[in-house]
Amino acid sequence: MFLFDYSEASFAPPMANSHIGCSSREKKVELRFCMDPKRRKVDSLGSTHLSPFPDEVLERVLSLLKAHKDRSTVSLVCRDWYNAERWSRTHVFIGNCYSVSPEIVARRFPKIRSVTLKGKPRFSDFNLVPENWGADIHQWLVVFAKAYPFLEELKLKRMTVSDESLEFLASSFPNFKAISLLSCDGFSTNGLAAIATHCKNLTELDIQENGMEDNGGRWLSCFPESFTSLEVLNFSSQHSDVSFDALERLVTRCKSLKVLKVNKNVNLEQLQRLLVRAPQLTELGTGNFQQELTPHQHAELESAFRNCKNLYTLSGLWEATSLHLPVLYPACGSLTFLNLSYATLQSSDLAKLLAYCPNLRRLWVLDTVEDKGLEAVGSSCPLLEELRVFPAGPFDQDINHGVTESGFVAVSRGCRKLYYVLYFCRQMTNAAVATVVQNCPDFTHFRLCIMNPWQPDHLTGEAMDEAFGAVVKTCTKLQRLSVSGRLTDLTFEYIGKYAKNLETLSVAFAGSSDWGMQCVLAGCPKLRKLEIRDCPFGNKALLSGLEKYESMRSLWMSACNVTLNGCRLLAKEMPRLNVEVMKDDENDESQAGKVYVYRSVAGPRRDAPPFVLTL
Amino acid sequence: MYAIEKADAAFLLFTKREKERKKKKKKKKVERSIAPEMDNGSPGSEASGLTFMETELTLGLPGVSHCRKSGKKRGFSETVELSLGSSASVLESRDSNCKDDGSGNEIDATSRAPQTKAQVIGWPPVRSFRKTAMKTSKYVKVAVDGAPYLRKLDLETYNSYQQLMSAVNDVFGVFTICNERKLLDSVNGSEYVATYEDKEGDWMLVGDVPWKMFVESCKRLRLMKTLEAIGSGGRMSPNPKWQLLKNA
Repeated sequence: MFLFDYSEASFAPPMANSHIGCSSREKKVELRFCMDPKRRKVDSLGSTHLSPFPDEVLERVLSLLKAHKDRSTVSLVCRDWYNAERWSRTHVFIGNCYSVSPEIVARRFPKIRSVTLKGKPRFSDFNLVPENWGADIHQWLVVFAKAYPFLEELKLKRMTVSDESLEFLASSFPNFKAISLLSCDGFSTNGLAAIATHCKNLTELDIQENGMEDNGGRWLSCFPESFTSLEVLNFSSQHSDVSFDALERLVTRCKSLKVLKVNKNVNLEQLQRLLVRAPQLTELGTGNFQQELTPHQHAELESAFRNCKNLYTLSGLWEATSLHLPVLYPACGSLTFLNLSYATLQSSDLAKLLAYCPNLRRLWVLDTVEDKGLEAVGSSCPLLEELRVFPAGPFDQDINHGVTESGFVAVSRGCRKLYYVLYFCRQMTNAAVATVVQNCPDFTHFRLCIMNPWQPDHLTGEAMDEAFGAVVKTCTKLQRLSVSGRLTDLTFEYIGKYAKNLETLSVAFAGSSDWGMQCVLAGCPKLRKLEIRDCPFGNKALLSGLEKYESMRSLWMSACNVTLNGCRLLAKEMPRLNVEVMKDDENDESQAGKVYVYRSVAGPRRDAPPFVLTL
Repeated sequence: MYAIEKADAAFLLFTKREKERKKKKKKKKVERSIAPEMDNGSPGSEASGLTFMETELTLGLPGVSHCRKSGKKRGFSETVELSLGSSASVLESRDSNCKDDGSGNEIDATSRAPQTKAQVIGWPPVRSFRKTAMKTSKYVKVAVDGAPYLRKLDLETYNSYQQLMSAVNDVFGVFTICNERKLLDSVNGSEYVATYEDKEGDWMLVGDVPWKMFVESCKRLRLMKTLEAIGSGGRMSPNPKWQLLKNA
């Protein structure tokens, strides 16, 4: 029987003899009772039961399972477990909104309170997906309004959300508590006003990095004076001013506020006033960190920070300079996550700041800190688990500085627990990467972006194959990999041969022939997401993964050598896959400009715009 | 003409040529022409055909240039986008780029005409939000002699004096732009000259220094009526400063 488990929620008919694997990292739930269906108990009437427990008990036990992977696995044991799981589930995660329809979800899971939905392919973040592509939340909301009137939480990523949808949401779900929008588009601050006005029980409003139309900050003033339940407020990505007065009053009356991330327009003086009202904050995103302050104001600000004894996360810090950074020092003792990716700090400022952050686990910085700054990271942050280095001027051609291979090595020497890295640089060597992974063999996420496409090892002039070879050979737990630089098929041979836990692979400007992609498709058993742009992979490679794609969430290929005919063949052979092609109209008629392939139980989508051809 | 105007013109010409070129091209296989050591085969790779996509970019560190054959841009994003955040963006036409390469000659970056390389869309993979979030703003007061209200403009949103003058015109609404520092009020016939106060407190004529330097040092902007504009009824003895402006 074919097991069709997709988007992390199992929709397959249950299989008789499967095992439960506890895949979740967070919680190892030991299910001590009947795991092996062969162990049946025969009752007095001669019929068999799989378990000695009534359904209610089973449901109760299963309701303790939170990780969706565990729940998927549990639902596959047998029909009883499938039912118990679906009745006890309160949260559903849908990694590709087109893999299933809202009606199917509503039919299977009757008691959902929280939904996470992801829409567009990831490359839409980099403008590779045209506007109006789809992933509109509205139809989902319409179905949920009937099926889940008590819906509390909605987390959306790369979805299109209109103001009407937000208004509909605000008025259809009386218990609505939490909304998080990341990398979404289609709405404006008017939609936020609707949420603020109508959601009486709101605890979380988290608006991050969206293509949001900014019609001013009036929305914040829409929270009624009687409203006090807010715990999370993040409007850091908004450009225009909110009324500071309204913000201050809101912060004052929401005593449970734990997360506050304001936008650039809030200055230091205002920040101080907010901090004084909310010393209980665990996560703070400051506004602009550059302002002329009198010594008295400076001291007050420092004192406000000193009173924040529970700060775990700090971000914002736009335009922070050595002048005001010291006010942060007293609050940094408990910091585990420091996001400096909007502050153009130099190495010395970073070094001084890090000296006060002994407990840091996650650090995001700009490459203005340069290798010297990364050396400071290596020496000050022995507990560091995640490092992200963003480019300050990714599109500036004149820039020759930033971070290099030596900064990377320096970090790895001091931070042996590193398991997540995102590193943007302009030069790298094979030897450096090999050293890095030798120092830190526990990488689960390795994303290296050498910003000039096809760039070879800058010392030897060779391809960067051995670098990524070292990564996959050494880091056996690797789940996510992004490659860059000049790469031949050898890199992909290595990946196919060694990266047995790889789930997500991003490839750009790499490879020599179809063989490379074939190696990956044949060799990586856990591959779920494969996104490729500008590589010499054609139909042969595409078609070598026929059966593979049903075990994956999706495949993206753009600016490769795949033709329409190749895609048609794929669509014909694999009817359970949606094969969508976006043609670049300037190109050849037979070229498939952008190909997006994904499994789905909902069939071809009905809302595809005219530029998306479903084969 | 400032570099940015040249850039705009070159870019328009470039994209126009690109469109024409594409329309004419038939489907053909293209040899990969990247530099030297590139591997060509591995077991199973298709022999002749290329399978590589092209780009008319000059990528790589300054001083090293790659020339790609200008084959059909099969499989490559043809949309290009000007470098963001850099006001010295001039697109180099692809043809002139290819002229001196092939042999991978080192070309002294400074000896080339002001240049940038065409950008590949969506690369490096940095979210658009991050691009815009890093933008600093520089708001300066803009005063116009005779107007009752001052306005504020963000100098960082413009890349040239021309754009700035356009914006001033948009905001005050009455001018015709004569050049990068002169504006004409068509209603009352007054001529205005753009001046600015710099960091040292001196009043300077707009347009003398490179744009970026101007943005950095400008504290506020003032459009002054020139001497001619003080109509026939004017009795005020001309300020000696105005004499200078008259000759601007």
